[in-house]
Amino acid sequence: MLGMFQAVWHARENGMTGRLATALLTGAAITVLAGGAQAETLTIGTAAEPSALDPHFHNLGPNNETRRHIFQSLVDTDAAQRLEPGLAESWKAVDDTTWEFKLRKGVKWTDGKDFTAQDVIWTLCRIPNVKDSPSSFTIYTKAVADAQAPDPHTLIVKTDSPYPLVPTEFSTWGVIQAPEDAQDLKFKKDGCEYAGEWPKTEDFNAGKQVGTGPFKLERYTKGDRIVLSRNETYWGEQPAWDEVVFRPITSPAPRVAALLSGDVDMIDSPPIQDLERLRSDASIEVAQGLSNRVIYLHMDQHDETPGVKGTDGKNPMQDKRVREALSKAINREAIVERIMGGVAEPAAQLLPESMFGSDPELKVTAYDPEGAKKLLAEAGYPDGFELVIGTPNDRYMNDEKVAQAVAQFFTRVGIKTSIDASTAPVFFKRRNAVDFTMYLAGWGAATGEMSSPLKSLAATPDKSRGYGTTNPGEYSNPEMDKLLTEALQTVDDEKREELLRAASRTVMNDYGIIPLHYEVTPWAFRKGLSYEPRADQYTLAMYVKPVN
Amino acid sequence: MSAASTPRRRADSPAARFAREFAESKLALVGLLGFVVIVLAAVFAPLITPQNPYDLGQLDIMDGRLPPGSAGGWGFTYWLGTDDQGRDMLSGIIYGLRTSLGVGAMSTVVALLVGSSVGLLAAYYGGRVESLVMRVVDLQLSFPAILVALILLAVLGRGVDKVVIALIIVQWAYYARTIRGSALVERQKEYIEAARCLALGDRRVLFRHLLPNCLPPLIVVATVQVAHAIALEATLSFLGVGVPVTEPSLGLLIAEGYGYLLSGDYWISVYPGVALLIAIVCINLVGDQLRDVMNPRLRR
Amino acid sequence: MLVYLIRRLGQAMLTLFVMAVLVFIGIYAVGNPIDVLISPDADQAEIAAATARLGLDRPLWEQFLTFLGNAVQGDLGRSFVHNMPALDLILDRLPATFELAVFAMLLAVFLGVPLGMWAGLHPEKLSGRAIMTGSIFGFSLPNFWQGMMLIMIFAVILGWLPSGGRGETVELLGFRVSFLTLDGLSHMILPALNLALFKTSLVIRLTRAGTREVALMDYVKFARAKGVSPRRIVLVHMLKNILIPVVTVLGLEFGSVIAFAVVTETVFAWPGMGKLLIDSIVLLDRPVVVAYLMLTVFIFILINLVVDVAYSALDPRVRLADRQG
Repeated sequence: MLGMFQAVWHARENGMTGRLATALLTGAAITVLAGGAQAETLTIGTAAEPSALDPHFHNLGPNNETRRHIFQSLVDTDAAQRLEPGLAESWKAVDDTTWEFKLRKGVKWTDGKDFTAQDVIWTLCRIPNVKDSPSSFTIYTKAVADAQAPDPHTLIVKTDSPYPLVPTEFSTWGVIQAPEDAQDLKFKKDGCEYAGEWPKTEDFNAGKQVGTGPFKLERYTKGDRIVLSRNETYWGEQPAWDEVVFRPITSPAPRVAALLSGDVDMIDSPPIQDLERLRSDASIEVAQGLSNRVIYLHMDQHDETPGVKGTDGKNPMQDKRVREALSKAINREAIVERIMGGVAEPAAQLLPESMFGSDPELKVTAYDPEGAKKLLAEAGYPDGFELVIGTPNDRYMNDEKVAQAVAQFFTRVGIKTSIDASTAPVFFKRRNAVDFTMYLAGWGAATGEMSSPLKSLAATPDKSRGYGTTNPGEYSNPEMDKLLTEALQTVDDEKREELLRAASRTVMNDYGIIPLHYEVTPWAFRKGLSYEPRADQYTLAMYVKPVN
Repeated sequence: MSAASTPRRRADSPAARFAREFAESKLALVGLLGFVVIVLAAVFAPLITPQNPYDLGQLDIMDGRLPPGSAGGWGFTYWLGTDDQGRDMLSGIIYGLRTSLGVGAMSTVVALLVGSSVGLLAAYYGGRVESLVMRVVDLQLSFPAILVALILLAVLGRGVDKVVIALIIVQWAYYARTIRGSALVERQKEYIEAARCLALGDRRVLFRHLLPNCLPPLIVVATVQVAHAIALEATLSFLGVGVPVTEPSLGLLIAEGYGYLLSGDYWISVYPGVALLIAIVCINLVGDQLRDVMNPRLRR
Repeated sequence: MLVYLIRRLGQAMLTLFVMAVLVFIGIYAVGNPIDVLISPDADQAEIAAATARLGLDRPLWEQFLTFLGNAVQGDLGRSFVHNMPALDLILDRLPATFELAVFAMLLAVFLGVPLGMWAGLHPEKLSGRAIMTGSIFGFSLPNFWQGMMLIMIFAVILGWLPSGGRGETVELLGFRVSFLTLDGLSHMILPALNLALFKTSLVIRLTRAGTREVALMDYVKFARAKGVSPRRIVLVHMLKNILIPVVTVLGLEFGSVIAFAVVTETVFAWPGMGKLLIDSIVLLDRPVVVAYLMLTVFIFILINLVVDVAYSALDPRVRLADRQG
């Protein structure tokens, strides 16, 4: 049987050579016909498709990824999610509540008009006015109290209180073109007074709205393909591709097969289990890099909790010794190696150490089953207890497999553990209803800094401040809350980073959340291409380069 | 169905004749044998497997994805390899058979009971009861089974019990319609009329007279439906709804191994796939021959 | 006849209504679509705002009445996820699924009928038995597994055919179709084969059973006695009679082919409406799920009706008004 499969593999590789030769010949023929101007097309197979091409409709990974090709933001982010100039050449905090953005000159929309500060104001006005938006970008604009354009290339933004995240949040949304009748529109926090009709999502899907990005939309067939062509008037470095085709191939195996058979040049999210094969394939290359996503275990802190048995009604998760024991019981190295196939790194906190606000001093909890048993005995559970772990089964890389592995480790230190896996919607509903004593989930820091996971996952729930949105178990650590609140009002980057590190340390030393690993994002593409892995997990065609 | 019931030869008991006709096909006998072996393996799974694949404490991820024939950390050989959780595939397949067959048989039996009672009652009483019941059956049958099951399980969530419920809901109407069809034919016959004239109770007429004569087509349908139910459960697991991951059925094992197929770890999905195939083929072979034997029109 | 049509139509409306109620309750029970759709960064205020934007904050009965009111006017609502009319979204995908289903049906007939006839005419021969055994395997192979094997063999090992997607399409009467381009056709072969296998087995069995019955009929015996060539008997006299039940059953099965396309489209990344359904269920995109089921059931009912009417036209013994159910 094994022999057969190896033979199969060889046969395929040989077939590939034939295919490549044909491809080269066809390429040569096209060159001759087109008189030397060879049209370069890059075809990318993607795991998920944007829900719309409207850059403000849905704050969702695939949408944001596609958006970056067409609509740019004032502030850009590099592969490590550090801020860099985009449509704004520079920015600075004039005082604690005032930011000044200097906009790039000579930028043109693809219809030939000039890009100005009024376009940004128009965009700020439009973002709250997207009909039926299931996830609005207002969360990234609500800090803006006022926005003014003293001249076409300067934007002044005011906030009500010190808010250091303005440039970071301005990197999350794309700027669209202000129509003729909005050239005098003023920004108003509680709604701009625009008499016309706001652009519709359909207009973007149909390509009626122009952008400033390196590509423009050629054709969009939902579920089938998005075809982009090079924007010849782009202000920055011209991409290597005349045409880029994004093809959603949501099932993993067909996506890999499409790459192997040469139907696509590149795929995102190749399944972990196929990476070894892909790496050993002479015609395929794999690039991978650390993402901003952590996989963690959340623990319910309420007095009564649904998923525990054998504790006389007590909630063992309230005991720090138990939380520490659970963390020590997990062999993170083994999970990373065996379940994640090496495309993960054991986590010591909620954001990789290379990113903003992550504490470099924190160490990954070492695997120590004996220590865990001792701690459990000290806490009054020498014979362990019974535990149910909730997990989604289609949300994060190998989510339910990781949960199963964790259950194995817990069972081995005496905590008889079972898994309750469900699809994402069901999981979210039950999570919000505090239906799990412990659950596995993931968090990607869209802003690339520690305040994001701390604010949502670890801070004491507080609606007025937007704290603890994803902290249904109501873990609460007043010291951490204080540090975080201070950090979120400190405009000075260095001071803010120190505060965030201290906050992270506080949670981790209390075992308030058990981090498991950071996801590593892989990409696979045919030989002859290169791609720098991105922490935000986006596949951006302008950074896919041919190599000689 | 034509009413040409063949006259029986006196020397032959019906059972013996049935067995002889069934055994005319060697293939069907092989199927029957295979089916018996599979059922025995499933029933005695805990006694013959080296590992309980549903007990997480007996798994070790360090033994994950070992090829067939590897020795693991527990002191026995993984003859068919292991999956990513370190689950012995042989044990997993036998337990998986247990779950798959259990789900298939359980849902079929309950659906058969529900469907045939409803169908029988409808046919016997006729009139408004019948038209109401048959309207519900029609309503049900106008939904494709797979879609109904898919939506039901999306609502119900994962679990063996939930899969069984979903499969019962999608299957009962078939039986109701089948039995009503044959009951309508039987109802016209003299013996029912005679029974009624004797003023026998409804229940007695229904269950002692009508039901036994409607059974043959039902048995054929049920045999084939068990195979159908098993395949449907596998498909649902493949689509991400179905039995829980820690207690995989054959379908779930295949679905889990599906991702490893191209990467060379073929054993995770190939062996459970083969097991599933064998199980379904055996049942279908038996069902096929049953149909031929019971179809009076093809009798020589 | 008219009475019959009206009654059937009434039943269809009732079916659609019951289904809409069930889906509404079902999806409501599963969870809040906003939980999946919203960015994890969103705070409580934004979650509430988004829920209100989609009208999900109102009580279920009110949402249902709104839906019903719009549905009567032909508006089945807008997709939560894609912000476009659910019906448009589905109709966009419909040609792809329809094309695939038709192609699969044709495959099933053109493979199944000759094989089935052969098996019926030669039930004792090895080849006849082999065909029947093969058809049992066709019944038994789980659809998704068989699709994966097709990809393994024809796309990865042999490299003959593409592994998924739809390939090049051209516009025909306003619909984009694949079968007119070589590239499109090559993309369609594997998924169509995958979808056709089950139905091929069904056709083989129906044809075989039909052939065996027809072969014993008097008119065949008579034709044989008259010295009509065996080829003519089979191709003209028998085929005609065998095809009636085959076509009837296949007509009825067309709906289930469309339903089963869910699996095929998932395996082969075929951009049809089945894949849309799976995605919509996962994301709880209720308007799309409701509209999809409405459409599928509608097609189902329509096919049943057409088959019934056609049947009564073909066979005067069947009188529609007398039929129950």
